[in-house]
Amino acid sequence: MTELLRIHSLSLSADHKKILDGLDLTIAEQEIHALLGTNGCGKSTLAFVIMGCEGYLPATGTIVFGNRVINDLKIHERARLGITLAWQEPARFEGISIANYLSLGSPSADPARYLQRVGLTPDEYLPRMVDKTLSGGQRKRIELASVLALKPKLAILDEPDSGIDMLSMNEIAAVIEAFKAEGAAVLLITHREEMALVSDRASQLCGGRIVFSGTPSNVARHYKARTCIVCDGNECGNG
Amino acid sequence: MAEKEEIARALGEMGQDSAVLTKSNIAHLVATGHTWLSLREVPGVHLQAKRTSDGIAAELTVSEGARIENPVHLCVGVLEKRGDQRINIAIHLEARSAATFMAHCFFPSAEKVLHAMDAVVDLGREAELRFLEGHYHGPFGGASVLPKADVHVGPRARYVSDFSLTTGRVGQLYIDYNVEAEEEALAEMTTRIFGHATDDIRIRERVALAGKRSRSLIKIRVAVEDQASADVSGITEGREEGARGHVDCVEIVKDQAVANAVPIVKVTHPLAKVTHEAAIGSVDKKQLETLMAHGLTPAQAVDMVVTGMLR
Repeated sequence: MTELLRIHSLSLSADHKKILDGLDLTIAEQEIHALLGTNGCGKSTLAFVIMGCEGYLPATGTIVFGNRVINDLKIHERARLGITLAWQEPARFEGISIANYLSLGSPSADPARYLQRVGLTPDEYLPRMVDKTLSGGQRKRIELASVLALKPKLAILDEPDSGIDMLSMNEIAAVIEAFKAEGAAVLLITHREEMALVSDRASQLCGGRIVFSGTPSNVARHYKARTCIVCDGNECGNG
Repeated sequence: MAEKEEIARALGEMGQDSAVLTKSNIAHLVATGHTWLSLREVPGVHLQAKRTSDGIAAELTVSEGARIENPVHLCVGVLEKRGDQRINIAIHLEARSAATFMAHCFFPSAEKVLHAMDAVVDLGREAELRFLEGHYHGPFGGASVLPKADVHVGPRARYVSDFSLTTGRVGQLYIDYNVEAEEEALAEMTTRIFGHATDDIRIRERVALAGKRSRSLIKIRVAVEDQASADVSGITEGREEGARGHVDCVEIVKDQAVANAVPIVKVTHPLAKVTHEAAIGSVDKKQLETLMAHGLTPAQAVDMVVTGMLR
């Protein structure tokens, strides 16, 4: 498989605390890669660093997308290369309709099609605004639909399963698989091991570095055992 | 005649269909400066317009029980570069009547223009008024617009207003609205303004929830850029049992512009409740980054957030 994203020796500190500590990660084209980790281990930080968000400039390390080092690119420049991010708690916008929002990056996209893919009825949702009248779960689905409509090469999905009821988990898993069907790779950030099973490959993040990679089931087992939490760093080296 | 054509053109620039002034089933009043140019009544809508010693005046009455299908259009303004317009307007909706008023206020060439409006609005029991006011001030920033209104919303009546000045220069705008809502009445006021250059915006909107179970919402959206300034005050008083009010103010500040907001809530009955929220600052970082992650440049993202907020 062709390599799409290569992260090498990435470090980032905030308030004299290391958030990412020499992190290495590779993702292939059209690969769904789950990143498992407990709260506060640096998962979202990694997402923001890859996307180039303000305040998330790494101290060391390189991010290579395709054949290009993207460390110095701004968010929209990375987006135009094909990287995008669905935030864990997406922003809300007054006066921007869902139809408009789903056409932002690709005016020729058919918003109705992408709404249907996330289980929302186009007639009901297209005229509505991306504002606080949407529930948290509805807003997350809209975000997934908008990211899907961008036809990215790499979609970073930050906990797409949070705030979604358990009965809808299968639908979210189907949406994640839809990214792959549309030709995208996915970095799936989650702390639910069952959600990771939708992926092709998985990694466990602890203490700001990848401590275990492999098949989703193996990583899920390792994660479920909470090895890193109980090892005091002896096993994962992050003590 | 030339002035009517000019007004029709101004309406077109405001995105309105100028044909509304020619249709026999649509009521309207048109004035430039201190001259009334045109007036049309329809069944249920009675209009009177006159010249006064220092300006012009109009009375608009909607008859008891009348439900007016088409909006009543009020076109006022000054077409010249310099001039004054002082208007006294009295609007009375009798009991159980309903109407939408669309006010089009145009100052397309204003270099030194004063527009002072004093309005008294009275809604009878169960009456419903939607008052939509759109302004077009041209590019020069020479308009001084001073709208003042006292609104009485009768028992179970509904008053919904929407003031919009989002294209062209504002100039000076001093809004002063006072609303009193009686038992089970509803007052919803939305104001949207975009200030540029040295525009000076001052807004004072006050609602007194004077009746049991009366409700109100004051929603103010202001964006200022360059050296513009905005001073916003949303005031709600809950005086009776079950009264519910909310003040929601958002101001976006760009460049060297300055904005402040003072939401004032006052409750004098233990079973009344009034809340407020205010946010002032640059465009929210998360909103910007979300749009940029969709491929928009920072400038495009800011424009989209501001335009959306003012829509």
